Amino acid sequence: MTDYLKKKQSRRQVLGTLGAGALSASAISSMPGFVRYSQAQTSEPIKLGLQVHRTGIGAAYGRWYSRTTEAAAKFINDNGGINGRPVQVITEDDATDPKRGAEVVEKFESEHKCDVVFGTLFSHVVAGSAPRAGELKQPYFIVSEGTQLAAGGLNRYVMQPGITDVKSQVQSMAPFISKNLGKKVTMVFPDFAFGHDHRDFFSEAIAKQGGEVIAKIAIPPTESSFTKYFPQIPRETEVLYHVMVGPAVLTFVKELGEFFGSSSPAIFGFLDSLEAVDMASPGLEFLEGSYFWEGNPRYAQENQTEYDKFYRNAVGVDENGASVSDANDISTYSHMFGCWETMNIIKAGMEASGYKDVNDRSKLIEAVEAMTTIPASNAHPQGDKIFNGKTHQVFGHQYITQVKNSKLVLAHTTSIEDTFYPDAVDYTTQSF
Amino acid sequence: MEFGPNLIIALIEGSVQAAVLTLIAVGLSLVFGVMRVVNVAHGEFFMLGAVLAWAVASFVGGHPAVSFILALIIAPLLVGILAAAADILILKRINYDPENTIVATIGILYIIQQMTLITYGPDARPVEPPFNHRFSIPWFEYTEQGYSMYWPWGLGTTSYKLFVVAAAVAVIVLLWLAISRTKAGLMMRATQLDRDMAQSFGIPVDRVNAIVFGVGAALAALGAVLIVPIQQAHYLMGGEPLLLAFIVVIIGGLGSLPGTIVAAVFIGLSDGIISIFFAPTLAKILSTLLVAFVLIFRPQGLFGKAVR
Repeated sequence: MTDYLKKKQSRRQVLGTLGAGALSASAISSMPGFVRYSQAQTSEPIKLGLQVHRTGIGAAYGRWYSRTTEAAAKFINDNGGINGRPVQVITEDDATDPKRGAEVVEKFESEHKCDVVFGTLFSHVVAGSAPRAGELKQPYFIVSEGTQLAAGGLNRYVMQPGITDVKSQVQSMAPFISKNLGKKVTMVFPDFAFGHDHRDFFSEAIAKQGGEVIAKIAIPPTESSFTKYFPQIPRETEVLYHVMVGPAVLTFVKELGEFFGSSSPAIFGFLDSLEAVDMASPGLEFLEGSYFWEGNPRYAQENQTEYDKFYRNAVGVDENGASVSDANDISTYSHMFGCWETMNIIKAGMEASGYKDVNDRSKLIEAVEAMTTIPASNAHPQGDKIFNGKTHQVFGHQYITQVKNSKLVLAHTTSIEDTFYPDAVDYTTQSF
Repeated sequence: MEFGPNLIIALIEGSVQAAVLTLIAVGLSLVFGVMRVVNVAHGEFFMLGAVLAWAVASFVGGHPAVSFILALIIAPLLVGILAAAADILILKRINYDPENTIVATIGILYIIQQMTLITYGPDARPVEPPFNHRFSIPWFEYTEQGYSMYWPWGLGTTSYKLFVVAAAVAVIVLLWLAISRTKAGLMMRATQLDRDMAQSFGIPVDRVNAIVFGVGAALAALGAVLIVPIQQAHYLMGGEPLLLAFIVVIIGGLGSLPGTIVAAVFIGLSDGIISIFFAPTLAKILSTLLVAFVLIFRPQGLFGKAVR
C-alpha cells in the first residue's frame, strides 16, 4: 500500500483521500477492503503449511500425503471450517532433504505466515526441521512414526497426534512374531534414524518375549541393488524381519525373493517395504502367506468400519488401496491417514483453545496436550487412540495382515495397551 | 553362509555390476578420448535410457520380450540423437573449451534431470524382464563319504542377470570391432590422435565429434536398458553410475579403452566381493581411495599414456 502511494499519488492527492475518509467514516467502512480487515480475525482463512516430500526418495508418500491433506481440508471446510474460518493448505516441497526441510519451515513462517506446519514423514527431515520450528515458536505437527519425539529428542512445539511411533509399533508386533513365526530373527532395515528405531526397539521387545535378533543388516535408503547384502542373513534364521524405504523398495523385496528361492524362513515385513507398490507385481509371489504390519489396512477388510469407508471415499481410494482414477496408482494407506487425523486434531485443538492468530500458538499446544482419548470417527478413521500430552505422542491399534491371493487380509489387531511404554520425557515442563 | 557359496554370489553380483559399469565407463572414456570433453551429464544419459525403456515398455505393452527388444533399439537411439544435438548446439559453440564444457555438461545434467522429474515424475517404476528364472547353484562339500554335492541356502541367481553379463560382453566386442576394423572407427582414432591433422586430411571432425558424443551417451543408455529390469527407473539414478564411471576411467586412464574395460571389471568385481564379505560402504571407500592413489602416483591412469 505504501509503495503504491509513493509511486502513483502525489502528497496532495493522498491528503485529500485521507481527509475525505475522515469526513465519511461510515462510507469507508463499507468499502470492501476495509470490511475485510475489520473482520480479519473471523473470516481470514487458517493457514496450514504442508511440508511434503514432493520430490526425492519420499515422493510416493508425498503424493498421497498431499491428496489426503486436500481431502481432509475439504472435509473440514464442508463441516464449517475451524472456528467458522476456512482452512487453507499451503504446500511446500522439502525434496526429502533435512536441510531443505528447515528452509521450508522458515518459509512457512516468514513468507506464507502459516498458523501451523504439519505433514513431515521421513525422520531425518523431521530431525533437520524440528529445531528450527522450535526456534520460530511454530507448532510443528509431524506424521513421521519416528520415536525421536517421544524419546525426548525434540521440543515442545513438535507433536505427533495423528500416527503412532515405531517403538510402540514394533513392541506390539514382537509377541505375535515370537508366538507364530519363530524366535531367531534377522532384521533388515534402512540405515537412518527410522531404521535404527526399528533395530533398537524391536531387539528389546523380542528379547522380552524370549526371542533374539541374531543379525542386523543395515542398508542405505538410497541403495538400488540389494542381493549383495543378503548373504549376511544367517542360515539358522527363523524369521526374516524386513522394513525398507526409498524408491527401490520393490527391487528390494523382489531380490529378497530371488535370493531365498523356495527355501525362505518365515517373513514378517513392515508395509513400508511395499508402500505404493502393487502386491500383485511380478516377482512378489513368494510373499504369499507372509505377514505384514500395517498402520491402516490397505485392502478394505470384511469388518471395514463406516469411518474407513467414508475416509477411503473422501480421499479417492478404492477397496484395493489404489486411486479410484488409476488402478496402478497404489496409495500409501498405512501412513497417509496420519495427515487426515492430524488435521482434525489441529481443528479440535484450535476450537478448544479459541485460537485466533499466531499469538495463541501456545494455547493451541496446551489444548492438544490436554487431549487424552480420541474415539474412532470420520475424523479418526484408523481407530480409537489415546494421546499422551507429556510425550506429545499418540498411541493406537496396530494391524497385522497376511498375504492371501496377493491381497492383504487382516490376521490380528493389537490393543492400544499393547503399544504403551513408559514416558521418557515430559514436554509440558518445558517453557514456551 | 560358507566361504565358497558366498564367493560365487559375490562374483555373480560383481559381474552384473561390472558389465553395466563397463558400458557406461567406455562411453565416458570414448568421449574424453576423442573429444577431450569431461562429460558430467553422462549419468543422466544413463538415467534417460532407463526411463525411455520404461516408456517403451508401458506404451508397447504385450509380452515383455517384445518391448524389451524395442527398448534396446529405441532408447539408445533417442539418447544418442539427443546427445549429438547437445554437442552440435552447445559444446561445439563453446569450442570444446575444457572449463566451459564442464560447466555446460553440468547444465545439461540438471536440464535432463529436472525435465525428467517434471514429465516422468519422482517415482521409481519397474520394467519387467523379458525372461527371469531363478535357479539354484550346487556346491560341493567334503564329508566322510568324500565330496558330495548339495544346494546351499541362498546360493542362486537369475537367468536375466547372466544375460546382462553376456549382452555387455557382446556389445563391447562389437564396439571393439567397429573402432578397429571400420572406416568410421579409423576416423575416430585419427581424430583422437591429432585433431588438426585429421581435419587437414579431410576428416569431418565436427561430425565425428557429434557422432562420438552420441555413441558415448547411447552406450550409457544401453547399459541402463539392460539393468532397468533388475533395478528400477528413477530420476535420481544417474548419480552413482557417474561417480563409479569416473572412478573407473581415472584408474584405467582417461581415453584408454582397454584400460577402462580392465578397470571396470576390476571395480565391479571388487565392489561385489568387498560388499559381501565386508560392507558395501567399505567398497566405495576403497575404490575412492584407489582413485586418490592413482592420481598421486600415476596421474595418467594405469593404462593411459603420459600427457604430452
